[in-house]
Amino acid sequence: MKPSIPAQETMTSGHVACQGCGSTISMRYALKGLGTNTVVVMPACCWTILAGAAPQSSLGVPILHSPFAAAAATACGVKAGLEAKGDKETQVMAWAGDGGTFDIGIQALSGAAERDEDIIYVCYDNEAYMNTGIQRSSATPAGAWTTTTPAQGGSPRPKKDLDAILRAHAIPYLATATPAYAEDMVRKFAKARRIRGFRFIHIYAPCPPGWKYDPGLTIELSRLSVQTGIFPLYEVEDGRLKINVPTPKRKPVGDFLRPQARFKRLSPEDEAAIQRETDRRWQALSQGS
Amino acid sequence: MRKVLMGNHCAAVAAALAKVDVVSAYPITPQTQSVELLAEMEASGRFKGRFMRVESEHSAMAELLGAATAGARTFTSTSSQGLAYMHELLHWVSGARLPVVMVEVNRALAAPWNLWADQTDSLSQRDTGWMQFYCSDNQEILDTVLLAYRIAEQAAIPAMVVFDGFVLSHTYEAVDVPAQEDVDRFLPPYQPRQQLDVKRPLAFGSLTGPRDYIRLRRRLDGDLRRSIELVERAGREFERIFGRRYGLWEEYRCEDAEALLVASGAPGSTAKEAVDALRARGRRAGLLRLRAFRPFPAEALRRFVKAQTPLAVVDRNCSPGTGGIFFQEIKAALYPHPAPPPVYGFIAGLGGGDITQELLEEIWLEAADKRAEPGAARVEPVWMEDPR
Amino acid sequence: MPRLEDEAPGTPNVIVSDRSMAENLTGNWRNLRPIIDPARCTGCLICWKFCPEACVELTQKVPLIHMEYCKGCGVCVEECPPACIEFQPEDAS
Repeated sequence: MKPSIPAQETMTSGHVACQGCGSTISMRYALKGLGTNTVVVMPACCWTILAGAAPQSSLGVPILHSPFAAAAATACGVKAGLEAKGDKETQVMAWAGDGGTFDIGIQALSGAAERDEDIIYVCYDNEAYMNTGIQRSSATPAGAWTTTTPAQGGSPRPKKDLDAILRAHAIPYLATATPAYAEDMVRKFAKARRIRGFRFIHIYAPCPPGWKYDPGLTIELSRLSVQTGIFPLYEVEDGRLKINVPTPKRKPVGDFLRPQARFKRLSPEDEAAIQRETDRRWQALSQGS
Repeated sequence: MRKVLMGNHCAAVAAALAKVDVVSAYPITPQTQSVELLAEMEASGRFKGRFMRVESEHSAMAELLGAATAGARTFTSTSSQGLAYMHELLHWVSGARLPVVMVEVNRALAAPWNLWADQTDSLSQRDTGWMQFYCSDNQEILDTVLLAYRIAEQAAIPAMVVFDGFVLSHTYEAVDVPAQEDVDRFLPPYQPRQQLDVKRPLAFGSLTGPRDYIRLRRRLDGDLRRSIELVERAGREFERIFGRRYGLWEEYRCEDAEALLVASGAPGSTAKEAVDALRARGRRAGLLRLRAFRPFPAEALRRFVKAQTPLAVVDRNCSPGTGGIFFQEIKAALYPHPAPPPVYGFIAGLGGGDITQELLEEIWLEAADKRAEPGAARVEPVWMEDPR
Repeated sequence: MPRLEDEAPGTPNVIVSDRSMAENLTGNWRNLRPIIDPARCTGCLICWKFCPEACVELTQKVPLIHMEYCKGCGVCVEECPPACIEFQPEDAS
């Protein structure tokens, strides 16, 4: 049988990600879509470690590590430097977690997006500071357990709508992706490669230790996040929104929440509130906004 | 070609002459005209590199981290709060051994707000592993930017070219602008040791354990010390091509001096007037104007000083709790000296106060006549009131 | 204590990573070993596609799981459409 996504592996085995890590599957797909004519810029995040301690690397493409708040700016600089040296073709991908994107890195991200810099910015979102051991970020959904929200019984505020913020920058391409939909993710990276300007790809990356579930369920939870409408898959090209995985009969959000012990303190009322919010966002999305 | 240029414009003209590939900058008073002129030169085609307008100084230096790792020659300019905001990146860039050159226009740090000359901003970056050169007139600004690229690229260590806000940044002076072909002779294209290259996929800045980390820091410390030699050699080569000489410091009427003023930046220029005035009154005054703060010329200083010639160190900066930073550095450098001269510290002109000729004469007399309390002044600085 | 001597100029002043993490074998993380039943395997490549370790090799017929890297996460066990991959405790094998 012919594989449904490119066979070439640019991420090696032997990396030190946790068992069932959603971000490593995503990195595999990203580089299958982008190809090896790519430089990766990484701020502080799980991938600081997963990329390999010196003198080893888990990627077959060049990597530049950057300070936490500086992924987007460093990537813009790499692109400018490569162009100055006559290389107009190499893609530069910033690869940051949700902390480095939603929180500390948002200033540089917004600046690069607003200037329509010719880079691909990827946020692999696992909904908390996982590399430092599961602290709340502004990507953490309401009610999710983290180590820094014990008094509140979970994250006290809903997840920041970062995609809406990025769309307000009028960038040429924005897409959401998650590893259960491998072909969709690879296609989005391959498409992003062909577009010039600022491209943003938001990856929903399940995290077994942070979300507290059996690592074998990574793909199943990724799939359920889409099937329940918690993380809809869509892309926005020059302002036009297209939903990529239609889910006419969405599953109840409880199917996604219950396998995860981070949500075990949710009351039936909390779950109903999440369902209402998910319905509202789905409604807005299906109307193209 | 002779031109009348403000200090900030000298910085921009030098960056263009150095054929910088990537400029990334953010506006801050009193540095702004340096990047404005580069933007104008970009528009008129006189600057052929890429000019990047970022949303913060943190991002400005982060872009240069990226661009320099890709093999580009890079430039930025900042002041005060902007430099403080960049601080994290300064360590990063020196640790990565990237020869970024930055113009740093001295301005006081808040709170409270203040816009005027004060060296505490640049000197508080002492431990970031950057070279720092202090200029005292506009010609020296232009020349030092060219020298900085030469030295930084040979040492693989970033360099700051520092001068006084408004006093130099906004003052117009006649400046000799070198010809491009002479600059090209002095400054060959940047050849990085390795760079980001998809044909050779290396990872830069990967996690490193203590065994390698301390070895790399040992190396940076040694290379920064050894860069003294590169500074001197670049100065000699510069003189051969352009006829102007720059070393680690400038000596002015030092030979028979009773006491020496030690100053940096624009006050180092005013101090020559003070020395001349004192000499005219029959006092044997002299001046040591420091240019290189990092590398610090400690060994040369030990050879230079004489036991019976006191030093009056003028600091337009303060490290609260320990006083003037040049004062501390000089005392530390002279500690191994078998018979060191008395060293007196004077803090003056913080936040843009005038350091006038009269004030400098007064400072010299305090040291020469030991009117500054002997002993005590060698430990604690004397604070001088703003003369206005 | 040994002194840390300075290195001669010319030796590398930064460390760049030029070796592969593939040198690092992660198979000893594993408690459960995935075993493919070749009789039921349809060759659909789902186990290859979803492997977080990139340690499933595409072969002519039954995919080969490289046990020197497999951490035993169980994604392939969960996702295999004909459910032909089974976990066995490492002790038993």
